[in-house]
Amino acid sequence: MFEILEKERIGPGVNRAVISAPAIAQAHRPGQFIILRTHEKGERIPLTVADKDAEKGTITLVWQEVGVTTYYLGTMCVGERLQDLCGPLGKPTHIENFGTVVGVGGGIGVAPLYPITKGMYEAGNHVISIIGARTKDLLIMTEDIKKVSHETLIATDDGSFGIHGFVTQVLQSLIDKGVKIDLVVAIGPVPMMKATVNVTKKANLPTVVSLNPIMVDGTGMCGACRVEVGGKTMFGCVDGPEFDGFQVDFDLLTKRLAMYKGPELVALNRFRETPRGCQCTFPGGA
Amino acid sequence: MTDEVKTDAKKPKIPRQKMPEQDPIERAHNFYEVALGYDNDLALLEASRCLNCKKPYCKTGCPVEVDIPDFIAMVKAGDILGASWKLKEKNSLPRIAGRVCPQETQCESKCVLGKKGKGEPCAIGRLERYVADWAAVHGEGKMPELPKPTGFKVAVVGSGPAGLTLAGALIKKGVAVTVFEALHELGGVLVYGIPEFRLPKEIVRQEVDELRRLGVEFKTNWVVGRIETVDDLLEKRKFDAVFIGTGAGAPLFLKIPGENLNGVYSANEFLTRANLMKAYLFPETDTPTAKGKKVIVFGGGNVAMDSARTALRLGAEEVTIVYRRTMEELPARAEEVHHAVEEGVKFKLLTAPVEILGNEGGWAVGVRCQQMTLGEPDASGRRRPVPVEGAYFDLECDTAIVAIGNAANPLVPTTTKNLETNKWGNIVADLETGKTSRDRIWAGGDIVTGAATVILAMGAGRKAALSMLQTFGIS
Repeated sequence: MFEILEKERIGPGVNRAVISAPAIAQAHRPGQFIILRTHEKGERIPLTVADKDAEKGTITLVWQEVGVTTYYLGTMCVGERLQDLCGPLGKPTHIENFGTVVGVGGGIGVAPLYPITKGMYEAGNHVISIIGARTKDLLIMTEDIKKVSHETLIATDDGSFGIHGFVTQVLQSLIDKGVKIDLVVAIGPVPMMKATVNVTKKANLPTVVSLNPIMVDGTGMCGACRVEVGGKTMFGCVDGPEFDGFQVDFDLLTKRLAMYKGPELVALNRFRETPRGCQCTFPGGA
Repeated sequence: MTDEVKTDAKKPKIPRQKMPEQDPIERAHNFYEVALGYDNDLALLEASRCLNCKKPYCKTGCPVEVDIPDFIAMVKAGDILGASWKLKEKNSLPRIAGRVCPQETQCESKCVLGKKGKGEPCAIGRLERYVADWAAVHGEGKMPELPKPTGFKVAVVGSGPAGLTLAGALIKKGVAVTVFEALHELGGVLVYGIPEFRLPKEIVRQEVDELRRLGVEFKTNWVVGRIETVDDLLEKRKFDAVFIGTGAGAPLFLKIPGENLNGVYSANEFLTRANLMKAYLFPETDTPTAKGKKVIVFGGGNVAMDSARTALRLGAEEVTIVYRRTMEELPARAEEVHHAVEEGVKFKLLTAPVEILGNEGGWAVGVRCQQMTLGEPDASGRRRPVPVEGAYFDLECDTAIVAIGNAANPLVPTTTKNLETNKWGNIVADLETGKTSRDRIWAGGDIVTGAATVILAMGAGRKAALSMLQTFGIS
C-alpha cells in the first residue's frame, strides 16, 4: 500500500509524486486533503491532493520542502512506501456552474488549486486562472492549469516570466477591465490569500480560500487546526479546509502557523545531521 | 503465609494489599507506568481475602459481568491461566480494564468485605491486572477453540474499547469482524488519550494482536464518513451489521476570549501529541508539543488529571488544575487525584477562567479568573458553582490546556442516512441492546452516552454483541 510509483522534482525544493492509493483515489473530491506519515516515528502532516486517477487507483501529491516531513518525503524514491496515508479528509469544494470563476494560485498553492479548477471547468464555468510565484523556477503545473482553463494568466514577482507583478495585481486589472466575475477561489501562502481578499472585498466578489492550519488527526478530534471565521472558532479539518475568504482571520492563522517554529527547526536540523529515507536523492548525498 | 492466617484462632483480618508504585518524585519525570502490579505473593494474599460469596454482588457492579469470585477462586488455587480464561469469557481486554476501570465505584463498591462498613473491599481490579499480565507472559500460544464461521460479517467503526470488546465477543461466536479505524494506531482513546504511564501502549498493542490472532481484521487510516459511509458498508460491502463506536472525540472549548492564542490546547491535542505521536521522545520522534514551564489545566475529570501529569513529565515547573468547584466535587477517580497530588500537581479551586491573556506575538501569558462559591445542587447532584461578583484575579501561565469534556464527533452520525441523534449530536441507541433507529446499525460507548469511562464503553460493546448474536440467531 501507498507505494510511490512516480516521483520528480518540478522546482527548487518542490516535488511531485504519484502514489498508489486506490480507495482514496476513488473517494476523493476536489478540495479534499490527505494526512500522511513517512515512517514509524514520523509526524502526521496534511497535504492537499493535486490530482487523482480513480481508474489507476493513484493520487498525486505536490509539496514544497519546508519541514522535517516534507524534506524526508523529498528523499523518498519510487518503490518506497509511505508509512500511512489517510483520506480523503475535509469537505469537498462546492462545485457548480457559477458563471465565471477566477482561480488564483500562488506558489505551491497552484497544486491544490488544480483539481478545483478542473472541477469548475468540467461543471461548465468560464474559468480564468491566475497563477504566480516569486520567480520563474517556482512556477508549477502551468501546463496542467492551462488545459482546464479558458484563459491562463501567469505572473512572477521578479518578472522572470509572464506578467511582472503579483497575482493580486493581475486580478485587480481584470476587475478594472470590467470582466464579470462570479466567484474567486484563492489558494496560496497566507499573505497572498489575505491580499487577494483585500482586492475582492472592495469589488464584492465572493471569494473562497483554502486554509492549511497545523493539524494532528484531521478528523475533528484534536482542535489544533482552530481558525476564526466570522468571529467563530472553526476546525480547518472538518469545517474546511475551504472558507469564505471575507470572514477569515488571516492574522490569527499566521500566528498559529508559527506555533512550532522553534521545535520545527530542531527537528529539521536533526534530520539534516542524520539523514534517513532513500540516500540516493538526499541533498548533499550521493 | 495464607495457611498461617487460616489456622490462626483469632483470625486477624488480612488488610487489603497495596499495589507497589513508582516513587512519586521519580515518576513525575518519566513516562513509565506508575503502578507496578502485584507479585505472586501479594496476589495470593489478596485473593485469599475474597469470601467467594454465594450471591456475588461484585459481579452486579461490573458492566461486562465478569465472574469475579470464580476467577479469584482460581487464583487462590494457583491456576492463574485458568483465571485468565475465566476473565476473558466476559472481558476481551482484561489487561486494560485492570488498569483503567474505576473499580471503586463498580465491582469493588459492591464487595461484601467493604460493605460491612468495617473493612476494605477485595482489590478485584488489581487481581484482574495481575492475572491478565501473568497470562500475557506465561500463557503464550494457547488459543480458545473457535466455532465454525457462521457466514455473518460485521463492520465496526472505531477501534476504541467499545469496538474492540464487540469484535472479541463476535469473533468467538464465529462472526467475521472488520474494524475500521481513522488513526494510524488501533485502540482509539486507549492510545491517543490515556497516557503511557497509566496504560502502556505496548499492552494495547498486545491486546489488539490477540484479537487479530483470533481472526479480527483491522483497517487503519480509514475514516468512515469520508472514504465510505456506513450505508456503503451495508449496501456495497454487504456487511450484515455495523457497530458505531466512534467515541466522544470532539473537544469542547471554554468559549472565552483568547482561547485561540498559541499555547492553548485542547486536552485531546495535548494528549494525542504526547501519547499517540510520542512527542515526549521529540526530537527522536518528529512531533513536537508544548513544553511549558507554567501550565494551567482547566477541568477536574480524569482527562484533566492525565493532562496535568503529562505536563509535569514533559518538564513543567508548575502545573495547576483550575476547577470551578472543590476537591469534593472533582469528577476524576480518587486514585487519579491522589496520584496527581503526590506528584506535585497544584489545585486552584473555586476558580473559573474568564479570559486567556496573550502577548503581542499571539502567545498565552496568563489567565484571568473569577472567584466562585458553591450554591445549590444542580441536576448532577453536585453543588453548583456561583460566580462571586467583581472577584477577579490573574494567574500566570505559558501553556493552558482545556480539559472540560468532549462532544460527539459528527462525522459518522451526519453521513449516515436517517440515523437518529439527540440534541447533543449523540446517536440515540437502546442502552440495553445498542440498537439504533436504523435496522442493522448498532452503536455504543461515548458516541451514545457522551464522554464516560472505558469500562462502560466495553459494557456497551458487549451488550451490542449479544444483541447482534440474538438477531443473527446465534446462541
